[in-house]
Amino acid sequence: MLYLKLFLAFLKVGLFSIGGGYAAIPIIASGVVEGYGWITEAEFADLMTVAEMTPGPVAVNSATFVGMKLLGFPGALVATAGCILPSCVIVSVLFWAYYRYKGLSMLDAVLSALRGTVVGLIAAAGIKLLTTAIYVPGADEKTLDPVQLFIFVLAFIVLRSKKVNPIPVMLLSGFLGLFVHILIP
Amino acid sequence: MKKIFALFLDMLYISAFTFGGGFVIVSIMKKKFVDEKKLITDEEMMDFTAIAQSSPGAIAVNAAILVGRKVAGFPGMAVAVLGTIIPPIVIISIISFFYAAFASNTYVALMLKGMSAGVSAVVLDVALSLFTDEIKGKKILGMILGICAFAATFFFGINVVYIILFSAIAGILVSAFSKRRAE
Repeated sequence: MLYLKLFLAFLKVGLFSIGGGYAAIPIIASGVVEGYGWITEAEFADLMTVAEMTPGPVAVNSATFVGMKLLGFPGALVATAGCILPSCVIVSVLFWAYYRYKGLSMLDAVLSALRGTVVGLIAAAGIKLLTTAIYVPGADEKTLDPVQLFIFVLAFIVLRSKKVNPIPVMLLSGFLGLFVHILIP
Repeated sequence: MKKIFALFLDMLYISAFTFGGGFVIVSIMKKKFVDEKKLITDEEMMDFTAIAQSSPGAIAVNAAILVGRKVAGFPGMAVAVLGTIIPPIVIISIISFFYAAFASNTYVALMLKGMSAGVSAVVLDVALSLFTDEIKGKKILGMILGICAFAATFFFGINVVYIILFSAIAGILVSAFSKRRAE
């Protein structure tokens, strides 16, 4: 019975969170934390920290975490399945509609407008990431972290000048940050 | 079969090492499947991004569904989704036993801090490439909407769903208006 409840709770998260991780957080909070009391407020806060520190979508991370806590690994699988099922159905239908109606002038007008919009949204996401990355956290006035700025500039130059795989660039940035901060405490 | 297995491994790899929100993983998928493997066009990837962003659910999962299905049909979609969710399931399952210690570990925090600088470089690199393409293609409406979308989300914090809705309407109106003028 708990399996079904868990599945449905995360089905709701998957169905009603439009716009990614930040949209999912309030739905998880109201259902899983306040509604069922499956995890405490403090556990939820830790979960959000861990979710930001690990790869993967916030909703999938939360589903795994809550499922693990309630019913172990099978619980993690059931909760995650609930969380991604709405996507699989809805996005599949949209995929079909996209190729079926692509030639229509109205849909083409919408898509060509959205392409420009997406570029702006990606740029904004990048600048937001950059500002949190290069400033010292917690400082009252915004203090620049020179090491972080250096890593960013280096990574950006490498990415622009050569056709490189972005994942090693990201991992090396992490190691570089770690080593420099250990060497210069 | 080989194609499906390669797709699974690509998604697994991308998902295991991609930190940050949905736009980060979409940027990396673009580099992998558009620039490197040339399985998807630039235009399609931008359309997929808009669809993934405005559909319910995690953006990474939505993008994986679209990319997987495009590359290798329904089996492709299944393996792309599996590849995307296996790393977080495994990682969080393991971490769930000692999450408090993990969340407060200094070395993990330092490593992630450095990675965040690299991640922002990746996302801005993709944004810059896409914007240069818009300029080269002389896509005036796209450029204007891109700048407006940037300002709306960055300076005014407007919900992305509304921004996408608004530009869809703007696209329809502009095309209807230019058609009328042509007639």
